[in-house]
Amino acid sequence: MGAWLTMSIDTSKVADTNSTTAATPKKPSKAGVVANWADERLGLGTVMKKNLRKVFPDHWSFMLGEIALWSFVVLLLSGVFLTLWFTPSMGEVEYQGSYSPLRGVEMSEAMASTLKLSFDVRGGLLMRQMHHWAALIFIASMMIHLLRVYFTGAFRKPRELNWVIGSLLLLLGTLEGFTGYSLPDDLLSGTGIRAADGFMKSMPVVGTYMSFFLFGGEFPGESIIPRLYTVHVLLIPGILLALIAAHMLLLVYHKHTQWPGPGRTEENVVGFPMLPVYAAKAGGFFFIVFGVAALMGGLLSINPIWKFGPYDPTKVTAGSQPDWYMGWPDGALRIMPGWESHFLGVTLSWNVFLPIIVLPGLMFTILMMLPFIEAWITGDKRDHHLLQRPRNAPTRTATMVALMTFYGLMWAAGGNDIIAIKLHLSINQITYFMRAAVFIGPVIAFFITRRWCISLQRHDEQKLLHGYETGIIMRSAEGGYSERHLPISDEAAYKLTARDRDEVWTPTTETDSNGIPAKGGRLDGVRSKLSALMYADNVQKPTAEELEAAHHHADHEHELQAPLEGHSADGHQFDGHHAVDGESLRGDH
Amino acid sequence: MSDNHDHLPATTQEEPIANPGLPPHTWRPTDVDERLAKRAERQVAGLFGLSSICVILFLVSYFTLKVGDNHTTFAGFGASTIALGSTLGAALLLIGIGIIQWARKLMGDHEIVEMRHPARSSDEDRQGTLDALALGLEESGIGRRPLVRNSLLGSVALLGLPAIVMLRDLGPLPGDKLYHTVWKPRMRVVRDVVGTPINIADLEIGDLVNAEPEIIFAVDEDGEHVLRGAELQTAKSKAAVILLRMDPQDLTPGKGRDNWAVDGIVCYSKICTHVGCPISLNERKTHHLLCPCHQSTFDLADSGKVVFGPAARALPQLPLMVDDEGFLMAQDDFNEPVGPSFWERG
Repeated sequence: MGAWLTMSIDTSKVADTNSTTAATPKKPSKAGVVANWADERLGLGTVMKKNLRKVFPDHWSFMLGEIALWSFVVLLLSGVFLTLWFTPSMGEVEYQGSYSPLRGVEMSEAMASTLKLSFDVRGGLLMRQMHHWAALIFIASMMIHLLRVYFTGAFRKPRELNWVIGSLLLLLGTLEGFTGYSLPDDLLSGTGIRAADGFMKSMPVVGTYMSFFLFGGEFPGESIIPRLYTVHVLLIPGILLALIAAHMLLLVYHKHTQWPGPGRTEENVVGFPMLPVYAAKAGGFFFIVFGVAALMGGLLSINPIWKFGPYDPTKVTAGSQPDWYMGWPDGALRIMPGWESHFLGVTLSWNVFLPIIVLPGLMFTILMMLPFIEAWITGDKRDHHLLQRPRNAPTRTATMVALMTFYGLMWAAGGNDIIAIKLHLSINQITYFMRAAVFIGPVIAFFITRRWCISLQRHDEQKLLHGYETGIIMRSAEGGYSERHLPISDEAAYKLTARDRDEVWTPTTETDSNGIPAKGGRLDGVRSKLSALMYADNVQKPTAEELEAAHHHADHEHELQAPLEGHSADGHQFDGHHAVDGESLRGDH
Repeated sequence: MSDNHDHLPATTQEEPIANPGLPPHTWRPTDVDERLAKRAERQVAGLFGLSSICVILFLVSYFTLKVGDNHTTFAGFGASTIALGSTLGAALLLIGIGIIQWARKLMGDHEIVEMRHPARSSDEDRQGTLDALALGLEESGIGRRPLVRNSLLGSVALLGLPAIVMLRDLGPLPGDKLYHTVWKPRMRVVRDVVGTPINIADLEIGDLVNAEPEIIFAVDEDGEHVLRGAELQTAKSKAAVILLRMDPQDLTPGKGRDNWAVDGIVCYSKICTHVGCPISLNERKTHHLLCPCHQSTFDLADSGKVVFGPAARALPQLPLMVDDEGFLMAQDDFNEPVGPSFWERG
């Protein structure tokens, strides 16, 4: 017994079967070996089993976010290339590169290395232009994706937080763009930084300190380019990557929204599996976005810094414009009246602080709050996975169109000098016009859009109840004319009715045992008014009885009209749906 | 596909038309005709093949076309960029189109149905989490020992201070830097770029000159510039001025500025009081000066006052005098900070 205790026996090499041959497994395939190796360490089998055949619904508008995602990948790839040559330094050097018009000119190393990238590195200019174009596509596609999500109601519960993440991505993308185009230290980018210094100085109390700390002293100093470089290549991209990962994880967890239609419900998701179809389409689409960026980078000139020359604080070119996505705050800055307050020995520059610091912050706050504001007004606590057509949420659609109008007018104001020159108008009058238009325009846009949506709803209701307009005019024996309406297909009819009924929120009139009304009473009035604005004028889908009655009425009309035709036909033979022989009247359905 | 109907809700008052269920799958030509499938296969392979050719063309362009010395050819940025961009773009696009064509024509196109699950956790999971949390907190004693909890919170909050304080050396304090420029009494006003002094006899009525203080161009005994690098840029960013000679009768001198102009020559800061762009667009007839960035307009005949646009303050004026030789000099520095407003400005 003692021997057993002291002797240690290695049992791991002993076969644990009764077989006469050694327990060696069959020779597995190479892929199998790798898969086994990985699974034993990472447990990928369980994760992948769930997700390899994950369903993604198909619609062209779901591709907009993908453009943003893939252009971000293009930005990472082209950006890494650029960092290999770019020198983020404001040290002065004399340019001696290939571009002869600037040879011998004193400039910062940042500018000189950007010129080197453009003229002495093969493919360098291509990568610079690809990077810039991809940045513009990145921000544009994020904005259009945002509009798609908003107009279709895809931001509703449970996706509100993903909306907030998306808004942050747009904000950070914009900042990333600004820091990026500031790096070459050419005349145009320096003008942008100069203005940014003025923006910071307009901030109450901390403004001057912010400016001195960011620039490492007085503008322009020697620190701003290296600091912006760190922000541009490390800080913001890191946060962007993390937020994009969170955005995608939530997308996978919630499963994608889908349009209502035959077989599609709030409880399911219908579409193609991740492997192979969706992976192939998305992967193929990456190459397409990449390819389009490469073509644009190769064929379309953008930011030709060699034409602007190096930054000189005493110079500026007429028609200085930021990249387009910075255009709307720039417009606000242009049309703002020159208000400035002096009190208690300090200065507050409303003319800069309001349009460039307060307004963008306010707009982004409103943007992020939109899902929560709507949920509060409607009192809707349900999950929503089926998308809504913009017309079926008239007030919501009108709200976004009003915001878009505000944005568009501000953006146009950012080009007031260009408009004045191209259209031979007075810049003063354009500016006065814009000052009023940015307030009046959104209001007009709101009411037009809202009524437009409601009339589209009425049109849908007509189609549902009385069929579509064939364009065939019937004349009765008495000489009266009427247009023949024909029923729409069952599928189309189902799609039109596949939406929720809107319910105007009404405050609960419940009182507790002491006769005191339930809490939250003060805001209730506002809330019910807003809810009425949101829903009260909307056209609701018909009930089964209404639909039945309308169809019954239509059948009756058909019977009246049938003898007039001389031969049996439902009108479809004229629109090419089928020949006279194949016609079928409403009653056959 | 009939099994999909099982998941559909029954027709109710809410749903006037019953969900008809998924439409039956329709076969594509490539599903039923092997010949067409083969053709699609060849198409896809052809697209991938063309992509490879583009890559070869890319390599050829890379090694044969030069950059740098032909920047004016082809759209103004060189044959190399255009060739590399087109071939790379085409190579990528062809792969993308090929893959999508493969997915559309040859991959299975059966739509499948997956059921959703509410994002919220089940009640058991929630309860389990709450229990675990309660147990963890209980075992830590955080509720029973507020001294530990509060002193920890306090010490961690204090750790924020080093994080903020360490940023202090990002830059010096503003001090009075924004209140001064390099202009000194009797410093000559010289032309921008060339640095030559300006004789009043050389200026015609209506002439606008971009100018700088003499020190911007000054050199010491060793021939080195006195101001260099960032120091020079900062000096220029505040001291740049514009000179305009106008008919003295057009000029309305500001209060206490009667002797600031010389023979109808006035001198103003070139830095816009809005956000600091250098102002350069002169309307000769009206003596108005327009900032190209945000279109603030200043009247040079009337103390540089704002006549239009978002700027709130007049352009600071530099008092001028003339020396024995007839060259323009500054009487003194600006009597107020130049450039954009800031909080402490008063």
